[in-house]
Amino acid sequence: MTVAALADIFKQNESAILEQWIEIQRQAGIRSDLIDDRTMVDNSRDLLKAFIRAVTESGDDLNQPGWAPVKSLLERLSQAQSRQGFTPTETATFILSLKEPVFALLREANGELITASQLIDKLGLYSMERFLAGREVVIREQQESMLELSTPVVQLWKGVLAVPLIGSLDSNRTQVVMEALLQKIVETESDIAIIDITGVPTVDTMVAQHLLKTITAAKLMGARCIISGIRPQIAATIVHLGVELGDVVTKASLSDAFQLALKELNVRLVSANPR
Amino acid sequence: MVDKIPILKMGRYLLLSIQVDMHDQLAMDLQEDLTEQIVRHSAKGVLIDISSLEIVDSFIGRMLSHIANVSRILDAKVIVVGMQPAVAITLVELGLSLSGIATALNVEKGMRWLEKNVNDDLVAEVESDEDRDTPAETGN
Amino acid sequence: MTKTETLPLKQETDIVIIRQRVRKAAEEARLGLVSQTKIVTAASEIARNALIYGGGGECQLERTQRDGRAAVRLVVADQGQGIADLDQAMVDGYTSGGGLGLGLSGARRLVDHFSIQTAPGEGTTVELWKWK
Repeated sequence: MTVAALADIFKQNESAILEQWIEIQRQAGIRSDLIDDRTMVDNSRDLLKAFIRAVTESGDDLNQPGWAPVKSLLERLSQAQSRQGFTPTETATFILSLKEPVFALLREANGELITASQLIDKLGLYSMERFLAGREVVIREQQESMLELSTPVVQLWKGVLAVPLIGSLDSNRTQVVMEALLQKIVETESDIAIIDITGVPTVDTMVAQHLLKTITAAKLMGARCIISGIRPQIAATIVHLGVELGDVVTKASLSDAFQLALKELNVRLVSANPR
Repeated sequence: MVDKIPILKMGRYLLLSIQVDMHDQLAMDLQEDLTEQIVRHSAKGVLIDISSLEIVDSFIGRMLSHIANVSRILDAKVIVVGMQPAVAITLVELGLSLSGIATALNVEKGMRWLEKNVNDDLVAEVESDEDRDTPAETGN
Repeated sequence: MTKTETLPLKQETDIVIIRQRVRKAAEEARLGLVSQTKIVTAASEIARNALIYGGGGECQLERTQRDGRAAVRLVVADQGQGIADLDQAMVDGYTSGGGLGLGLSGARRLVDHFSIQTAPGEGTTVELWKWK
């Protein structure tokens, strides 16, 4: 059976196909918590209409431009469903359940089923691809916001910021740290930033480079950096690697660094207890 | 097209703000103009405001370095202020650290830096008796 | 969906135009401010190189897709002498603070994909991509 003949059969029986398709979906049980009947009916009607037009115009090659409206409809639906919490099966079922009414029709017309089956399968696969792409976007967005959350920049005093780094410092993380730090420098007009690396497990050449980059960026914004939280092993590694820290001051503890910062800003802490 | 970058005199300092896309001729004119004014006014400090610059590439970086070097020879301190965060991050990635050029967050902090770092010409001071035996201290 | 524009690179003022067009393309691709700044700066470096060392040429600026994201693609081609020793030119001109070395290696760090084709007497073509 040619695709053109298929298209004709579809066109002549559009409303019958639609009715049966909607009924099958209702019987399969639509996710009433995520979608209502009205929407499901509208989605089905729109898709079927576009599907029939596409088969008529462009046959069964999904790469033809005539299929673009169907693909963009499927893309929109699949990605939305991906975000809304539908399972992959539920999303695929939407398309694949179209087979039942179509096959029933073809059997009556004594047509072969394989062409129609393959066509609907292709559409099913396409909608799965788009569904997964939607998931990838969600995962990436979550990764990015996790990265931001784990890089707080706090103000310890007027003019003094602290950046407690927890975990390894890769180039992605460094970008996030630099952006957060510089933004805070601008907001608070701080002169000193204490970068505490107590939580950084290893300092190799790459990590040292990332640190130096961050320090240089802060310096360009007029803020001086102090590195604190240098453990003995880290100090040994730095010397061993020959990393040039230049004129960057290093302190063993955040507390020492803070004291130094206050001194540089000419701040003196005085006890409140009268003598 | 801007003809040239205005240089303002403020006491013993010169102020200029780069707000346009620099090209070769403009950069050369600026350097010449600035050098001439430093000498003419015996300026001791130069504040360059780049808060309007959304892009600083190696050409601008070289220009700023050149200005700083020439000014140093003319005994004027240079400070660049107002770099935008995105620019700072990009510069660092590009590999330009602008080391050797002082930087500050804004004009206010820049002026404060100049005040602190520009030395007055030697002024004759009359020593009083109490002062005579005060030991010399290493300055900041 | 891809949109391409061709930009001449014959004089310094063309570099300004290239920066503006690349900025616009980056904005439309919804790149973050830092990413926008990086690609515009890289474009500026490469274009300037092409003008000064390559005698000028032409740029192709394309708005396209990569990895499922909107992307900016810039190709800068000059008909100059080509770079004789590419490895040397790509070495970080970190301390020298100027010249060919800094422009190329620096620009490479700023973008998500960088490729260069050059040979003595055959000019130089640099391709830059930014999508993150």
